[in-house]
Amino acid sequence: MLTAESLKKIEHEVAKYPAEQKRSAVMSALAIAQDEKGWLANETMDFIAHYLGMPPIAVYEVATFYNMYDLKPVGKYKVTVCTNLPCALSGGNDAAAHLKQKLGIGFNQTTPDGSFTLKEGECLGACGDAPVMLVNNKRMCSFMSNDKIDQLLEDLSK
Amino acid sequence: MTNIEIDGKQVSVAPGATLMDAATQLGIYIPYFCYHKKLSIAANCRMCLVQIEKAPKPMPACSTPAVEGMKVSTHSAMAIASQKGQMEFLLINHPLDCPICDQGGECQLQDLSVGYGASSSRYTEPKRVVANKNLGPLISTDMTRCILCTRCVRFGQEIAGIMELGMAGRGEHAEILTFVGNSVDSELSGNMIDLCPVGALVSKPFRYSARTWELSRRRSISPHCGLGSNLVVQIKQNRVMRVLPRESEEINECWISDKDRFSYEGLNSEERLTTPMIKRDGKWQECDWQTALEFVATGLKATKENHGAQSIGALASPHSTLEELYLLQKMVRAMGSGNVDHRLRQSDFRADGQLQGAPWLGMKIAEISQLKSALVIGSTLRKDHPLIAQRLRQAVKQGGELNLINPFGDDLLTEVANHAVVAPDAIATILAQVLRSAAELKDVEIPDTVKKTVVTDTARAIAVSLIDNKPAAIFLGNLAQHQPQYADIHLLAQHIARITEASFGVLGEAANSVGAYLVGAVPGIDTVGLINGSHKVGMGGRNASQMLGLSDTPAADQCRSYLLMNLEPELDSYNPQQAMKALQGADLVVMMSAYKKNATSIDYADVLLPIAPFTETSGTFINTEGRAQSFNGVVAPLGEARPAWKVLRVLGNLMQLSGFDYETPEQVRAEIFPTDRDITSHLNNSLDNLAIGEPALASSGLQRIGEVPIYQADPIVRRAESLQRTHDAAAPSAWMSGILLDKLGVTAGDTVRVKQGDGEVQITAARDDKLPNNCVRVASAHPLTAALGGMFGEIMVERL
Repeated sequence: MLTAESLKKIEHEVAKYPAEQKRSAVMSALAIAQDEKGWLANETMDFIAHYLGMPPIAVYEVATFYNMYDLKPVGKYKVTVCTNLPCALSGGNDAAAHLKQKLGIGFNQTTPDGSFTLKEGECLGACGDAPVMLVNNKRMCSFMSNDKIDQLLEDLSK
Repeated sequence: MTNIEIDGKQVSVAPGATLMDAATQLGIYIPYFCYHKKLSIAANCRMCLVQIEKAPKPMPACSTPAVEGMKVSTHSAMAIASQKGQMEFLLINHPLDCPICDQGGECQLQDLSVGYGASSSRYTEPKRVVANKNLGPLISTDMTRCILCTRCVRFGQEIAGIMELGMAGRGEHAEILTFVGNSVDSELSGNMIDLCPVGALVSKPFRYSARTWELSRRRSISPHCGLGSNLVVQIKQNRVMRVLPRESEEINECWISDKDRFSYEGLNSEERLTTPMIKRDGKWQECDWQTALEFVATGLKATKENHGAQSIGALASPHSTLEELYLLQKMVRAMGSGNVDHRLRQSDFRADGQLQGAPWLGMKIAEISQLKSALVIGSTLRKDHPLIAQRLRQAVKQGGELNLINPFGDDLLTEVANHAVVAPDAIATILAQVLRSAAELKDVEIPDTVKKTVVTDTARAIAVSLIDNKPAAIFLGNLAQHQPQYADIHLLAQHIARITEASFGVLGEAANSVGAYLVGAVPGIDTVGLINGSHKVGMGGRNASQMLGLSDTPAADQCRSYLLMNLEPELDSYNPQQAMKALQGADLVVMMSAYKKNATSIDYADVLLPIAPFTETSGTFINTEGRAQSFNGVVAPLGEARPAWKVLRVLGNLMQLSGFDYETPEQVRAEIFPTDRDITSHLNNSLDNLAIGEPALASSGLQRIGEVPIYQADPIVRRAESLQRTHDAAAPSAWMSGILLDKLGVTAGDTVRVKQGDGEVQITAARDDKLPNNCVRVASAHPLTAALGGMFGEIMVERL
């Protein structure tokens, strides 16, 4: 199901917890699986459940709770814009509108060429840097004016 | 102890107790939804908010521990405002569909909204709608009504041992569901219906059939497993509409198994026998009771005159009541025959005559939850005794060790310390190993036959677990009791228990397994001395196996007439193949049953007497811990059906037998239990004067593991339609390990021919790598496999 490399990474996470509580590694395991597969299919979650010895529904609970886990395929770049209140007051919604217009898609949609998916995100913990965005769950982008958004999309499209 | 004050009343509670516990102790009511005394604390409904002096905000009573000197107000302005506010939140997304909701009238949300809700809603925006889920044939869903209390989720995790439901999503998008549309298959799933405080989870079989206020509630006792769960049977217009648990902390706590809950559908089955019937010239004809009973009396008298009283045999299901079993054996013995038995599925009767009393659990049911070590031998525990499995799960959670010796590796949904999976005929061998190991550890002398066994690591670990952890107990499951080496298994387990100082018990297969022994529904009661009374001393008798020609009985000794009570011998006997032969060759077969099959198909019977199931007769069951529980009929008998005790009384009178002049079931009961009668002194699992024999040589061929499927165990549950649609009721397959499948050149999913004795069936092969490589698991007691022979023993599998 997963490559030996991913399994090794998961093992590394599992080792951080007592043997009888290896289910504590579920979030890391899901993240590692998503890095490899691009998204989390039911089979992937089922695999992780068996791997960590926990009920599949318990894995599903975690995967559906956090919006960094993608339960449907996403484009090459997943751009998540924070639209929570502090961001919204500092231009979050404008940034989202600009992105929508630039990419020609709405939230939870993917561009026809499969390169961009736009998501509406929850607070990223950096309200002072608003508007903020997250690229592929890992790269944080602060103070995203329209110019900086254009620049970002251009860089990513290369 | 911690002293606190609630609403001006002083109370002292144990350290760690919550405010909810303290309020319960004082009898002060605090509203709640998610709190449940048997489940972990979630504190997510927030309905139990109370005011605590010096605390700036209201606190949930269910999760706030009592602290010395705390002053709590449950009805102050702040507490009431918080509770009312919370109620408004809960009702925001709750649909106003009470008039069509099955929960209406017994709904916690409805009840509390009367006390805490506003008369109208301030919420004008659209309400959220949640898609319904198909959770299987037992639970119906209306997920929009769900208030996300997570009781059902916690029940799965903590009581049923398997988390099948979970809460996916967050905030507004949170909903209760199963993983990718699975059904809920736990054998305790029906309890989620009781736990649901709203109408999100309701009973599918009961749905839209009655309103709660139209139902009368009557107390009853479950006729299925040996636990004797306390029930509330709800009826409407003389029909059982629903069955719910009646709380009994010492037996079933507040739970019941799905079998207890949904089997009532079988009571209203189309297959109920409602008039007496006699077979004349090969055709079944309805008749009146007088004709039928005279037919029976004449037939039995003829058998006695022509072949002697010993050619009359009586076989009764251990699901029958105490009164029925008592009168049946009394009648047969009064006629001069000692042939009476209830152990239709037992195959090894060597222990008869050595048993010192009625086999029982050996301890109180409630004590199972406190065990620190348990050894369960030969049991599909979750299916046979769902609530005993649940108690063991609780014991393991509190640090107990569960050890298993089984012919399969079924998951008990709890942590198992040591699990020996061996072929059925090797169970005795592994017990001998445990015995040797225990004897060495405790430095006790044991017979030479045991000294020779080579002890495996698992056996040693089991012995250590039983010795090191107290209290400990050893239980013999149904499979062990049906096994052809039952006497050996029983004896070895008894010795292990003595050496390890563990309690020793036999898990009662049926509601009245203990009672059947106590009232003498076994041959040779003199040796056990259970019933005091008028019976001739020294009257031997044949056991079920001899009566049905299962053991090598000379043809001349076979019974000519049979009385069958509450039985379907083609499903309820150890070897249906042989049983059918014996019955078909008999002169007279009287079937006292609540059911007819398609009447023409009962070709072995000569007369059918419609008797009442447990809901239509007064009776008593003695459960596996030796507790006698009497109950009354909750509805009138269907059609011409009559309580079996009345039928036996009239039959006794017709045959001019003395002592059959009862007018009420209480009189029968009084005769069984004189006031000075103490049941507990008659409960004893000891086998005396039986030596541990040489270990049997393992058979070389394939062996059958013929367990009784959960929803095939007795005639009532067989006809419970909804239960028959569950995964547990799936048609039997020939389960084999991958290695065996390869050896036979079969792949899982193929149809195979399974042969045993002179019968064969064609069923699907399936793979279970936890089975021993010389075993085929083919369920018995199922119409599809009834043509096969014994539940254990050699079996052949061929590819088609």
